[in-house]
Amino acid sequence: MAKRAAPEVNAGSMADIAFLLLIFFLVTTTIEKDKGLLRSLPPIDDTEYEPPIIKQKNLFTVLINRNNQLLVEDEEMALDDLREAAIDFLDNGGGTNPAGESCDYCKGARDDSSSDHPDKAIISMKHDRETTYEKYMEVQNELVAAYNFLREREAERLYKKYYPDADNVFTAMLEEKEKNQFSKDEVLNDRIETIKKLYPMKLSEAEPDKN
Amino acid sequence: MSKFRKKDKGELPAISTASLPDIVFMLLFFFMVATVMRDSSLMIENQLPSADQVEKLKKDRTIFIYAGKPSEQYKQFGKEPRIQYNDAFITVEEVQSSVYQGIGEMNEELQSKVVVGLKVDKNTNAGLVSDVKQELRKANALKVMYIANTKTDE
Repeated sequence: MAKRAAPEVNAGSMADIAFLLLIFFLVTTTIEKDKGLLRSLPPIDDTEYEPPIIKQKNLFTVLINRNNQLLVEDEEMALDDLREAAIDFLDNGGGTNPAGESCDYCKGARDDSSSDHPDKAIISMKHDRETTYEKYMEVQNELVAAYNFLREREAERLYKKYYPDADNVFTAMLEEKEKNQFSKDEVLNDRIETIKKLYPMKLSEAEPDKN
Repeated sequence: MSKFRKKDKGELPAISTASLPDIVFMLLFFFMVATVMRDSSLMIENQLPSADQVEKLKKDRTIFIYAGKPSEQYKQFGKEPRIQYNDAFITVEEVQSSVYQGIGEMNEELQSKVVVGLKVDKNTNAGLVSDVKQELRKANALKVMYIANTKTDE
């Protein structure tokens, strides 16, 4: 008598079930990537020392009041104009830096009444406790954008030849650093530091008044 | 007389679909693993502000702190913006210890590179945020990421 084959379990519907599950997970998966503005806070320093004297012309004050209005350098300003104003201030280059060098890469107006050198230029921002976080972020964003614009411009001037295809040279450099985070590229790091040093981000935030 | 006798022509052998489930299961497991179920359910409204100068965040070294108005479900906590860490509301004073706890749970070599991600509702007062920042300074967690949506216009 012939050996009777064990009846085969029909696995045809298994794929359907698995597909159903697969589609469920496909739909529910959100590979979310958070993005944001990276800022560093100043460390708490208890040592008493004389605060350095900063000339008024090297200080760019941005105030936000409780009604979300902007006061920039004692004048009311719309948010849209803030970036331009900050760039003009940082890029002015009217004098010399602490080492006595004048800013030869600045393309600003070289106005005596505005900042001396990007090394000295400080943006000071203060907000009210009642300011909304949204407005606060918009202002931060514009100020960071001013720095990024200038750094991008310098990166393009200095290193465009290494990144001929990139639209934003500085971004391209940072991305490359990100990609090679496990193999340190000294040359690239040096270049990034050079750019950062040309326009150091001196963005200070004052604590809102306690009432 | 050969061992390899030609099979009967004409009938096409059915393509075996037996391996299909395996392939699909493989994909299934990938997506199951890649899916992150929200680990802390938000008890607050959390509409992020938008910005266009954003950088990417490295998840492995980040502690998230949320802030905003308690949402509908948690109305009993009042209307004032609150701070949330993991699954509980915390006060401003507790931020410091929460951050220490968060750092403690992290991978050792990343502990010095900790970034605090602030997910703050855009209608919150900036005063609360500055209180949190003061606490972070006390905790010596100085790198802060203001998490924002990427602006799409422009």
